[in-house]
Amino acid sequence: MSGPPHKDYAGAKLGMWIFLFTELLLFGGLFLLYAVYLTRYPREFTAAGREMHLVLGTLNTAILITGSYFAAMAVTAIQRDERRRAVGLMEGAVLTAAVFLFNKYLEWSAEIGHGIYPDSPRLVAGPPGESVFFSLYYLTVGLHGLHVLIGGTFLTVVAIRVQRGTIHAGNYVLLENGALYWHLVDLIWIFIFPLYYLIL
Amino acid sequence: MTEGNSEHATHIISYGKLASVWLALLFLTWLTVRVARHNVGIGHVWGSLTIAVVKAGLVIAFFMHMKYEGRLLRCLLFFALSVLAIFIGFTFFDVLYR
Repeated sequence: MSGPPHKDYAGAKLGMWIFLFTELLLFGGLFLLYAVYLTRYPREFTAAGREMHLVLGTLNTAILITGSYFAAMAVTAIQRDERRRAVGLMEGAVLTAAVFLFNKYLEWSAEIGHGIYPDSPRLVAGPPGESVFFSLYYLTVGLHGLHVLIGGTFLTVVAIRVQRGTIHAGNYVLLENGALYWHLVDLIWIFIFPLYYLIL
Repeated sequence: MTEGNSEHATHIISYGKLASVWLALLFLTWLTVRVARHNVGIGHVWGSLTIAVVKAGLVIAFFMHMKYEGRLLRCLLFFALSVLAIFIGFTFFDVLYR
């Protein structure tokens, strides 16, 4: 048995989880804002929610869930020392990130085309509740989109390192942490989806 | 209990189990869209949120391995969620009964 350098597996994972908790509180604050304004402008929020693209939203939910599934399988694969499968699954997860962002691009283009963007003449002229809804939507979904971008980059780095053999069955905490981050991105979308798309 | 730092001590979740969780999540997504479309009014926010909480629970327990983690991580998760619940709860005390 060769002597590998000291690795603190439990510590690395604990650190990741603590970071994820701060992310939870960050998005929690945005959900709190949403909830408070929903009680103040229930009718305007319902009307604004009808403008959302339900099909694209549902499709993106399924895409993120699938990406999360790929990342979870990649952890199982690396634990079983199936390196090629792990790389393939990570690539699959990165692909879901790209498709998600592409859909987001289509969605935002359509919305901006309809004059829905912060401080647009249409929203300024409309009821205040509606502009609050869309400001919160752009802020929350934009921040989430940034996380998708970071998560996709993180998973790409991890996939390359698995390919090179720096991440393997004996040392895979980086892959596990990448997967945890990716699950968090999915987790937050699970709450964004009903709050913004299903207020019909 | 054995030392948690050895990789051999960690639990490996089978592909089959992950696939069932994935299918359950897709089913719940379909269900939440269906419930929302057939149940107009502010009351369905609670229905949608309940389904979202179940989905989040599945992701955390299986995809994020929380079901197989030790006491430390579970307690920390509980603590973080409690803090979130307290600040949401207290804000609503203020908002609803001002």
